[in-house]
Amino acid sequence: MSGAAPLRAQPAYLPPFRQSNAQRAAFVLLAAYALYAAAQFDLTWARFIIGLSNGARFLGRMFPPSFANWEPLLKGMLESLEIAVLASVVGIALSLPLGLLSARNLMPAWVTWPARSLVALCRALHPVIVAILFVKAVGFGALAGILALVVASVGFIGKLFAEAIEEISLKQVEAVRASGASFANVITYGVLPQVFSRFVGFGTYQFDSNLRNSTMVGIVGAGGIGATLFSAFQRFDYDFVCAILLTIIAVIVIGETLTNVLKKVFRA
Amino acid sequence: MNTAADTQPTTQAALVIRKLFKAYVAGQPVLKGIDLTFGGTGLTAIIGASGTGKSTLLRCINRLVEPTSGEILLEGEDIVRLGGEQLRAARRRIGMVFQEYNLVERLTVMENLLTGRLGTIGPLDAWLRRFPPADIEHAFALLDTVGLANFANQRADSLSGGQRQRVGIARALMQEPRLLLADEPTSSLDPKTSVEIMELLREQGRANNIPVIVNMHDVELARRFADRVIGMRNGEVAFDGAATALDDGMLRSIYGGEGWLQ
Amino acid sequence: MPEARPEARQWRRFGAGEQLVRFAVYLLLVATVVAAGRSVEIIPEFLYDAPEQMQDLLVRMWPVDFAHYPKGVHAGLMETLQIATLGTLLALVLAVPFGLLAARNLTPLPPVNFFARLVLVASRSVNSLVWALLFVAVFGPGALAGMLAIAFRSIGFLGKLIGEAIEETAKGPVEALTAAGAGTGALIWYAYWPQIRPAFWSIVLLRWDINVRESAVLGLVGAGGIGMALDTALNLFQWERVAMVLVAIFVVVIIAELAVTQVRKRIL
Repeated sequence: MSGAAPLRAQPAYLPPFRQSNAQRAAFVLLAAYALYAAAQFDLTWARFIIGLSNGARFLGRMFPPSFANWEPLLKGMLESLEIAVLASVVGIALSLPLGLLSARNLMPAWVTWPARSLVALCRALHPVIVAILFVKAVGFGALAGILALVVASVGFIGKLFAEAIEEISLKQVEAVRASGASFANVITYGVLPQVFSRFVGFGTYQFDSNLRNSTMVGIVGAGGIGATLFSAFQRFDYDFVCAILLTIIAVIVIGETLTNVLKKVFRA
Repeated sequence: MNTAADTQPTTQAALVIRKLFKAYVAGQPVLKGIDLTFGGTGLTAIIGASGTGKSTLLRCINRLVEPTSGEILLEGEDIVRLGGEQLRAARRRIGMVFQEYNLVERLTVMENLLTGRLGTIGPLDAWLRRFPPADIEHAFALLDTVGLANFANQRADSLSGGQRQRVGIARALMQEPRLLLADEPTSSLDPKTSVEIMELLREQGRANNIPVIVNMHDVELARRFADRVIGMRNGEVAFDGAATALDDGMLRSIYGGEGWLQ
Repeated sequence: MPEARPEARQWRRFGAGEQLVRFAVYLLLVATVVAAGRSVEIIPEFLYDAPEQMQDLLVRMWPVDFAHYPKGVHAGLMETLQIATLGTLLALVLAVPFGLLAARNLTPLPPVNFFARLVLVASRSVNSLVWALLFVAVFGPGALAGMLAIAFRSIGFLGKLIGEAIEETAKGPVEALTAAGAGTGALIWYAYWPQIRPAFWSIVLLRWDINVRESAVLGLVGAGGIGMALDTALNLFQWERVAMVLVAIFVVVIIAELAVTQVRKRIL
């Protein structure tokens, strides 16, 4: 150390809050792109006005919501719930070992590489697209929805589990290893306690997410309330649409409340 | 290099280290042929500047670090050759205390103590916390010994540094070890607590009739508590003798320089 | 060793009350899963048949009809990217004001906070496919509906995270500028913005990445983009073309993820 090192790399004063030319150019490009893309979308004033009047009529027909046709609503909603529950359970059960195998601090590269690829593959396609494929494979109905959401769950929480395990303190693991514990016991005592509450957090988050998606996969025939919703739209049965949407939102809100209780119990 | 002051009557040495080499990067050895013998009792302090391989030496003994070559005989059995279940069985006979305690923070004190018995039970019992009643009784007795009788159900991360290190020692003793290793057990503690921890280590070594090997930075503590002192420099043993034989000349040759001695 | 105590002491991992709560939660979880498993309509034959059907599907998809890309896929793919990008930009414009109003430290008016949060929750609770159905009903089929669906779904996501980022800012700079007599505009631009800038851009990039995935499926309900091409190919059972579309989506999603990672490295 020889006193204060001169900061020769920078000029003495930078103008405050100056933006670099590259940043400015990026913003100009973005704006130009937005204009160009908007033009492609046939975004005209006339269309906007027509849309507004359509929208007003549409809203008028949505209210008051009609629960007269409650039987398919209840049946579809229950099926959505069942899909979400089963997909979450199976998805989490598969994600635990996959997350462990993907953790680069505990496993050798020849194990993590295939596990990480599998998880990434599960994450690459939107659940609804996966649902389409499963509908073709196992036919219409809840099974396709469950399988699609299992894939989505593995893709999402498999990754989060692995990241959580990679962030643990290895000192605690070392101490358990030093006691002569077997690999399984090292995982149970050295690794799991460090990540358990985060796992509960991810698991409940995934359940919420599966619940939302289970109301959608029906649009492609994979069971649940989505099919009812889609056909109501196609029949212009908008007061029923409104009833379905209100029910979905209510169920999601209740689901989130329950998962918060769960997190409290496990101190996540 | 070796002024072996090991004058205790040894029927069979508890731990013998022969020609131990360790290189993390090929060609740059951290340990350059260590030869040491430890008798059945007594507290040995290993001193030396940072980076001289003290920690690596200790971790080679229970194979948390893989030795490059050499022999480590624990009660006559060569640990370097062991693998799998046999290695774990050998680790059970070696208790280890860490600088930063290395407790599993989110587990309770009792669970941390019971990790010392993990080598003896299967995965399902471990998962369900089904330990033999004798182990639990032993754990409570050890908590009394280290002065933490009422802390069994507290989480480890709620304890102070000194309390954590007591738990760390109790965990190592849970293994009913034949050898106790401590890697800078007092470096994260205040001076008063450091003395208490060293007293506890010496006491427990005597009570269980096992040798204790402690890495440390504090020369004064080493002089005060150790029966034998080993000084390491550049991956080699530079001094090995009774704590009373450790004079300033020796310290200079271990640590180099002299300005710090005043 | 001290002498053993006369009475053997018991040790339990949890207190009695806590154990009861945990047991109840476990029981409830298992009961839910069992109930869902029993009442969900899964035809076992379909399940047994699934591997064979999957194989059949893959065989039909091979070889991928790459020749179809120039005339049937490329335009849709570009439209999807534009839906995602424009949708994100529009959402940003709409979300920033709500984010500012939702932040309790910047807007210390509880009723305003509540209103802003309500808007953001409503936006998040409705799936982008449902938003797409709504906008298709209002503006007719096409990319415009898709872009609005993406935008309206994203408002809640962006607004919530921007609001939270503002609430996490340090008070120091704000107090310093207030002490210097700065107005609200100056406070936002000179005290809050520099603090939230990295979080802001990473939130926007994250949402754009999600939107690329989401906009790929909007075509299934008629809201433009590559999903339309997918829908057509599916309805005509042209599996080689379906495979082509899936490959295209897959590649774009991967490129988008890589691009986001790179941009994030540059600007953060």
